[in-house]
Amino acid sequence: MGMLRISLLALLSHWRRHPLQFCSILTGLWLATALWTGVQALNNQARADYARAGALLASAAQAQLVARQGERFDQAAHVQLRRSGWPVSPILEGRLSIAGKEPSTLRLLGIEPLTLPREASIAGQLTTGFDLDGFIGPPGQAWIAPDTLLRLGLKAGEQPLSGDGQRLPPLQVQAQLAPGVIVVDIGHAQTLLRAPGQLSRLLLPKAFAALAPPLPVELAAILRLQASTDTDDLQRLTDSFHLNLTALGMLAFVVGLFIVHAAIGLALEQRRGLLRTLRACGVSLSGLIGALTLELGLFALLGGLAGVISGYLLASLLLPDVAASLRGLYGAQVAGQLSLSPQWGLAGLAISLLGAFLAGCSSLLRTMRLPLLALAQPQAWRLAQGVWLRRQVLLAIVLVVLAMACWWFGDSLLSAFVMVTAVLLTAALLLPALLDAALAVLTRFSRGPLTQWFIADSRQQLPALALALMALLLALAASVGVGSMTEGFRRTFVGWLDQRLSADLYVTPRDTPQALEISAWLSGQPGVDAVLPNWRVDTRLQGWPVQLQGIADHPSYRQHWPLLEQRSDAWTQLAAGQGAMLSEQLARRLKLGLDDDLLLPTDQTEQHLTIVGLYADYGNSKGHVLVDANWLRRYWREARVSTLNLRMAPARVPELKAALEQRYGLDSSRVVDQSSLKRWSTEVFDRTFAATAALNSLTLGVAGVALFISLLTLGQSRLGQLAPLWALGVGRASLVWLCLGQTLMLALLTVLLAIPLGLLLAWCLVAVVNVQAFGWRLPLHVFAGQLLQLGLLGLLTSLLAAAGPLWQLARRQPAELLRQFADEP
Amino acid sequence: MNLNRALALSLALLLGACEQTPEPRKSYAGLGRDAAAFLQVERGRALQFPADHGAHTGYRIEWWYITANLTDEQGRDWGAQWTLFRSALRPGPEVPGWNSPNLWMGHAALSGPYGHQFSEALARGGIGQAGVEAQPFLAWIDDWSLQGVPGQGLQQLQMQASGKDFRYRLQLRSDGPLVLHGNQGYSVKSGQGQASWYYSQPFYRVRGEIEREGQHYPVTGLAWLDREWSSQPLTAEQHGWDWFSLHLEGGAGLMLFQVRQTGAEPYRAGTWINADGQAESLRSDQIQLSEQAWTVQENGRKVPTRWQVRVPDHKVDVQVEATQAHAWMGTSFPYWEGPVRISGSHGGRGYLEMTGY
Amino acid sequence: MLVVEDVRKSFITAQGKLPVLRGVDFQLSTGTSLALMGESGSGKSTLLHLIAGLERADSGRILVDGEPLQGRREAELARWRREGIGLIFQQYNLISSLQVSANLAFQARLAGRHDPAWVEHLAGRLGLMPLLQRYPEQLSGGQQQRVAIGRALAPRPPLVLADEPTGNLDEATSDTVLDLLLQLVAEAGSSLLMVTHSARLASRLTRRLCLHLGRIQPGEA
Repeated sequence: MGMLRISLLALLSHWRRHPLQFCSILTGLWLATALWTGVQALNNQARADYARAGALLASAAQAQLVARQGERFDQAAHVQLRRSGWPVSPILEGRLSIAGKEPSTLRLLGIEPLTLPREASIAGQLTTGFDLDGFIGPPGQAWIAPDTLLRLGLKAGEQPLSGDGQRLPPLQVQAQLAPGVIVVDIGHAQTLLRAPGQLSRLLLPKAFAALAPPLPVELAAILRLQASTDTDDLQRLTDSFHLNLTALGMLAFVVGLFIVHAAIGLALEQRRGLLRTLRACGVSLSGLIGALTLELGLFALLGGLAGVISGYLLASLLLPDVAASLRGLYGAQVAGQLSLSPQWGLAGLAISLLGAFLAGCSSLLRTMRLPLLALAQPQAWRLAQGVWLRRQVLLAIVLVVLAMACWWFGDSLLSAFVMVTAVLLTAALLLPALLDAALAVLTRFSRGPLTQWFIADSRQQLPALALALMALLLALAASVGVGSMTEGFRRTFVGWLDQRLSADLYVTPRDTPQALEISAWLSGQPGVDAVLPNWRVDTRLQGWPVQLQGIADHPSYRQHWPLLEQRSDAWTQLAAGQGAMLSEQLARRLKLGLDDDLLLPTDQTEQHLTIVGLYADYGNSKGHVLVDANWLRRYWREARVSTLNLRMAPARVPELKAALEQRYGLDSSRVVDQSSLKRWSTEVFDRTFAATAALNSLTLGVAGVALFISLLTLGQSRLGQLAPLWALGVGRASLVWLCLGQTLMLALLTVLLAIPLGLLLAWCLVAVVNVQAFGWRLPLHVFAGQLLQLGLLGLLTSLLAAAGPLWQLARRQPAELLRQFADEP
Repeated sequence: MNLNRALALSLALLLGACEQTPEPRKSYAGLGRDAAAFLQVERGRALQFPADHGAHTGYRIEWWYITANLTDEQGRDWGAQWTLFRSALRPGPEVPGWNSPNLWMGHAALSGPYGHQFSEALARGGIGQAGVEAQPFLAWIDDWSLQGVPGQGLQQLQMQASGKDFRYRLQLRSDGPLVLHGNQGYSVKSGQGQASWYYSQPFYRVRGEIEREGQHYPVTGLAWLDREWSSQPLTAEQHGWDWFSLHLEGGAGLMLFQVRQTGAEPYRAGTWINADGQAESLRSDQIQLSEQAWTVQENGRKVPTRWQVRVPDHKVDVQVEATQAHAWMGTSFPYWEGPVRISGSHGGRGYLEMTGY
Repeated sequence: MLVVEDVRKSFITAQGKLPVLRGVDFQLSTGTSLALMGESGSGKSTLLHLIAGLERADSGRILVDGEPLQGRREAELARWRREGIGLIFQQYNLISSLQVSANLAFQARLAGRHDPAWVEHLAGRLGLMPLLQRYPEQLSGGQQQRVAIGRALAPRPPLVLADEPTGNLDEATSDTVLDLLLQLVAEAGSSLLMVTHSARLASRLTRRLCLHLGRIQPGEA
């Protein structure tokens, strides 16, 4: 142990004289860990919240009885089943708007605590300290998660008013409750939702459902057994969203490791002598490796700790956007606040350790091979560099083959990401070779001695700067790729929304009878051209949740429903109940195309429809099928009216909206005009990519730091190159400009390579990753302005990175240059 | 004596205590506060049937309680219990819907040579999942029921219930009269004046079938019905009770209970019932009860499962022993309840209930 | 051509002000050579750096063809180094990223006085012809120093300043290199100021001066 301690102290003494390197390694580990753990924090929080939401009532696959028609049914069915020996428990749920400065809509869940199955985890809260009397009331209790309470700006014990002026029971905080949910006794729920005697579903204990008893005949007409819940769907649906975040986090992590690798390698070079001396003094190789490993571990611990803290801060900054987009895209409720387990922090430290050892292992290996007495300087670096370059090129070729294979044979999001990774790594590996080649070409055109030196010296710097430039390349390419995709998606999406959202007013009735009532009333209203009910059935195709939408035969669909592919008689076939149209993502998932046969399992039989059209359905995480409304109602008794689309004189919209809200007691979330809906959709879209954009620019920042550190560490050895020039009569100012020029030239070349790479990446994203992740393929757009902007940003980053080291160079006293010539003072 | 037990049961329900006895002082104090708003049991009111077979909303606590001593074709002893409790969260009449103040709780149990099984059912009032109708008589919770015949009051009942791996369906018939305990049904529960309305039908003959783990057993036997309602809780010092309903050979019946109190002798009372239905209330000093043997139950609690019972004025000096010593009811509020065999001066069978152990 | 008058120079060190040159005077005429001798730390290299304009004197005058170096701006000093002198260091200080041929011609091209024939002649004389396409670190020490000599003489500078040019070389190589240096300096018509601690090498130059404790020892060594 003594030897290890002494060696470690000797090794550590290096850092006192090289605080900059010390900072580089820490910064690298810090940034890498921070970005990675930040993303993990976001993912963990979201997943924990899905689990909270899912576990609210049920563990996975809780069986339940739901209405065949409409959303709700009479609670007499519940009583009848209980009296027939079914251990059902009633649930009533709905959206409840809460009045306030910022009105918001929450999910109201009414439960019946006495009959709730034991496996329903909310029942867990009924065991300890549960006050049945208090819960049932009056006044009862409204359970709410602390984060939801905070979001509403309310306090425990308050009794807020609902959107239609009813007072809620006093709010009570339940720490484990899912975000965005209020749980009350079923009696209060019926009052608040204005649904006296109505229920949404009946929960069944798993054990009982497993026996699959037949429903009493008269109830079988009203209810049907539904095996699973939305919860695991939510996990599956959001998987791609989280994978995207993870990929970005991974990219940032890798970029951070570039820094660490560069700094550790440099430290090793500088400590060669020390290592040899230690060995000569009798320190064993294993002892030396042990000390170096320990040192690395210390770094990882320090950097990891800082990273975990910053990761937490980063995640809490990004969480509101992520939460908003998850809510908008998937209807998933995610808390606006982080609450993470200690395991997350430990995992962050572990990843920092792993990263440090990954980045340091080549240095450790080199130490192991370090000959005891070799004094020779690295002879013919150019030769060694050549071998290394060749190896990199070979590896790049292997990666290209891998990327191609993923493209041809890949059929999953994972393979798509492997492909993207392979493409990026290929480019990064080829970068030094390409830059070297570009400089070689430039050499031929260089005339003056300084120009020659400029190019030749740049080539010489390449090995030392390569890693940082690779990081810059990756970060820039990612920015270009993600930026092109986002912007392209945005344009496509907005154009699509404009076409698709063609009705003037959208009404979401409470249930089908109300829908029919509203529809009848509306037809008599002046200014209303058409009332188009959307009939809806939720089902599953090959295990995937799918919405069947039944529409009336109306010319507005032909005019405004944008189709990607269609048969000439598509709409006629649809109206005749012979054809169906599929959303792009569903068609892909089912591997079906135009003219194929679509098999739809109905209540009694299976129905065949021909696929007559395909359409984009951006942002819908579920599958979507368009069929004729009459056909749908014929085969599905449970078909219900989900929305009414109104085509009317735009000027009359506000008036009619108010009339509808008042007459039918609908809150404003149920009557939405076209522009609000568009605004809302675009907002969701923007939020979705806000986190992406933030992570992206952070990654670019990390690359800038990498370049900065590389240049800074290079600074010392650069002096040896610059001093002779100075002695030969090149002024110091010229030298500084030359050096700046070199950095900018290398950065410019890298930027020039990053742009086509970024476009390739964008193509991968829209044509491969998006297809796998979301099921839709987007056209590839190239935005010259955006490219120019990013290119300049890359150069600016390099300029900033070069500024520090150059500033140092410019301020160097001639004496320091002189020291390159003699040891005398 | 079931009154106090049921009150404690409803308390347990209110507190959501699972295998967890509530702190008595606190809970009773809480109950004492608003007890006055409930209807009070007052001496001098005459019970009216069949109306009083139904629910007495406005009183805090009430139950319909049947215990049956059964014999199968091989002569083995079985016992069946069917109980429905009504407990009011707050004073006031019943209202339809979830705002009803009433909670309902059912307990069913089957004891026999193969052991003891029990089940529990809970329901809210106001929606029809549980309830009691007086005429024709029907008491139910979920698919358990106690159903009478129109015009027959409680003389003829069909009793059915089921739980995990057990089920029974029994026909009960009695020609004997109802027995009103205490003073015309006004039954005092302590030296401090706690009281309830309490009557019984101790003369049922039973036929029917029980089912256990898929095996069916035709059975015959005797059953005893208790009806009781009140609004008053136990005193703070009263921590448990032992209750006996005994069918003596020769047709007489004996009901006895004692409330165990801290720092005082147990409060005892009872009723001697002749075979013709003539009833005589027993005072505390007429009754002698002593524990003879104890059995450790599944949850580790020690419970006396053999008793010596003496009522010298009626020449009763018997040993009362549980036929199934492990008749533990692990329900929301746990207690012991099971059939017993009587030997000594009289033979016979009956039921024993013990709480607070 | 070179006059040094009462030149003083001190360095600020951790221990305080350290005088290195305490008033140095000497002259060097065109076409002659002068060896500057002295033990380590006597200030030989510092004097050479002052003359090369790599450092500035605290006081005293350095006149080149009657013009003082003091008061010149940094750009003018750089021009002096570029055009007025050829520098040869003990550590060779070649430009590692350039091949031998580019290194040879580098300063001459910088000074705008590139004469390919002369450079080729120099390369031939220095025995560098087979090595022109090599990089400095692929050469031996003697070879590198020959490149440094060639680079310094390529612009035919009026003054060649050499700081222990053979300090890193063995005796036989030293002699060869010095021979070449002296011959080529003569061919180029330059003056030579050489710092050395070797009396044997110094004896081959026209004059010798010895620095001791920052002053010229009286009498030529």
